[in-house]
Amino acid sequence: MLKVKHVSKTFNKGTVNEKKAIDDLNLTIEDGQFVTVIGGNGAGKSTLLNLVAGVYPPDCGIIELNANDLSLLPEHKRAKYIGRVFQDPLMGTAADMEIQENMAFAARRGKKRTLRWGTSKKEQEMYKKQLATLGLGLEDRLSSKVGLLSGGQRQAITLLMASLQKPDLLLLDEHTAALDPITARKVLDLTDQIIRENRLTTLMITHNMNDAIRLGNRLIMMYNGKIIYDVSGIEKQRLTVEDLHEKFRQAAGSELSDDRTVLI
Amino acid sequence: MALLFSLEGAIGQGVLWGIMALGVYITFRLLDFADLTVDGSFATGAAVSSVMILMGVNPVVSVFAALLAGFAAGAVTGFFNTVCKIPPILAGILSQIGLYSINLMIMGKSNIPLLNSDTMFKTMGNILPDLGWITSTYLGVIIIGVLFVILVIALLYWFFGTELGASIRATGNNQHMVRANGVSTNMTTIVALMLSNGLIAMSGALVCQQQGYADVKMGIGAIVMALASIVIGETIFGRKGGFLRRLISIVVGSILYRIIVSIVLQLGLNPDYLKLFTALLVAAALTVPVLLEHSSQKKAYKKLTEAVQSVEEKF
Repeated sequence: MLKVKHVSKTFNKGTVNEKKAIDDLNLTIEDGQFVTVIGGNGAGKSTLLNLVAGVYPPDCGIIELNANDLSLLPEHKRAKYIGRVFQDPLMGTAADMEIQENMAFAARRGKKRTLRWGTSKKEQEMYKKQLATLGLGLEDRLSSKVGLLSGGQRQAITLLMASLQKPDLLLLDEHTAALDPITARKVLDLTDQIIRENRLTTLMITHNMNDAIRLGNRLIMMYNGKIIYDVSGIEKQRLTVEDLHEKFRQAAGSELSDDRTVLI
Repeated sequence: MALLFSLEGAIGQGVLWGIMALGVYITFRLLDFADLTVDGSFATGAAVSSVMILMGVNPVVSVFAALLAGFAAGAVTGFFNTVCKIPPILAGILSQIGLYSINLMIMGKSNIPLLNSDTMFKTMGNILPDLGWITSTYLGVIIIGVLFVILVIALLYWFFGTELGASIRATGNNQHMVRANGVSTNMTTIVALMLSNGLIAMSGALVCQQQGYADVKMGIGAIVMALASIVIGETIFGRKGGFLRRLISIVVGSILYRIIVSIVLQLGLNPDYLKLFTALLVAAALTVPVLLEHSSQKKAYKKLTEAVQSVEEKF
């Protein structure tokens, strides 16, 4: 279970570029929940994920995963519990290393790196089987450098890598945004499949409202560093893109009228 | 004949300095960290080895002591970069400058001659016979050098295949990915810098024993010589191929560099201009592949475009 309690984060404090990215945010995610996160640019979606992943510390508040306080734990120590796939397909893998080396590296997430050999024969067989499930023909290219693969292939491998060592929490930061529509659909279906099979607790950012509705069992909408809409169960299943647009307009509109009252 | 005599020396020197180039390769290519500690840590190795030999310590032991001293030098640069968040180039320069004073402290003076002391090379030279035009002294340098190079390459090949070694290679590729998979990039950076500077200091110890003295200024320009070796090796062997091939290409590059230097000196180059020559050599070796690719791309464009146009004219 992930608990985010009264977390705030401001960038460039005390300068003209000051930006309150997360504003006293509270969020509890139960085990096995697959939450899709939507919201406009600058709403704080990525900041929220980065705070949970430990890329930077929160200004205040508590981030708890399965009753462990992660708030000030450095990024690499949290990685033991958290699997991640980034928006940029280049960010999740090491280009100059072989596919199997990348997978072996991820299979040891959260474990001490010793002077044992990086990959074993037994592992290679296992990776072959797992790569075959992607249906991209990568199972015969175990010793190809990842840098030779396309963005979609790299993203699929990153997804596989994030789930090799079952994470307590999976963070997906718009991980299909840089892919063409067909590849994006493929990677998304794969995402859904992996999450279901492993019952992974997941936070997924997306800009595609259809995907946000279609996938997962809970949806949150963010605006100006706050969660302005949180829906799950039957109510989420009945949502339409039009409903979401309407919610978004309401939130943006109320903000505008607030500004006006201040001005008057 | 004179050229042959200079060649035998060049091969031995190339092998000994090749270990330094291997050290630089770890940071420069694998970790993607332009580490300038080199010029200081190379002399540190020489300082530690020469002082220990004067104290009566076994010359072989002194080489491994130099390795440890290099580890320490690399750790300091790593500390500057990771904990103090100083950018790589500046972190390296700070260590390099600081090491100059530390090396003087170790040596007590700026130059230590080893003429009256036993070094590994003297002992070896006394045992070996002359082999054709290669004198026993030079043969000893080559044999000892090759033994150390084989040891170092074998260790590097093994190490970079291990979990820890793979983490260092991954760090040079993509730090985000490394942290996201639970490895501290601070740790990998420090370990890589230690290993790199350890080898560099070891090379410094070997070179000082071979030339018969340690000098506080002997590391100046070492980084450029290492880059020359790496670049020459890459130009000849290509940047592709397995890791073992890459490592060997660097040592071969180092030997070729020494041969080139001995030839230009034979041809009458003023030794004062040697560093300028080396700098230009590295610049040229880095530039030539870029120019070649550019011109071949242009040629191909011309050819293909003309072909397309001639087809158009026909119809």
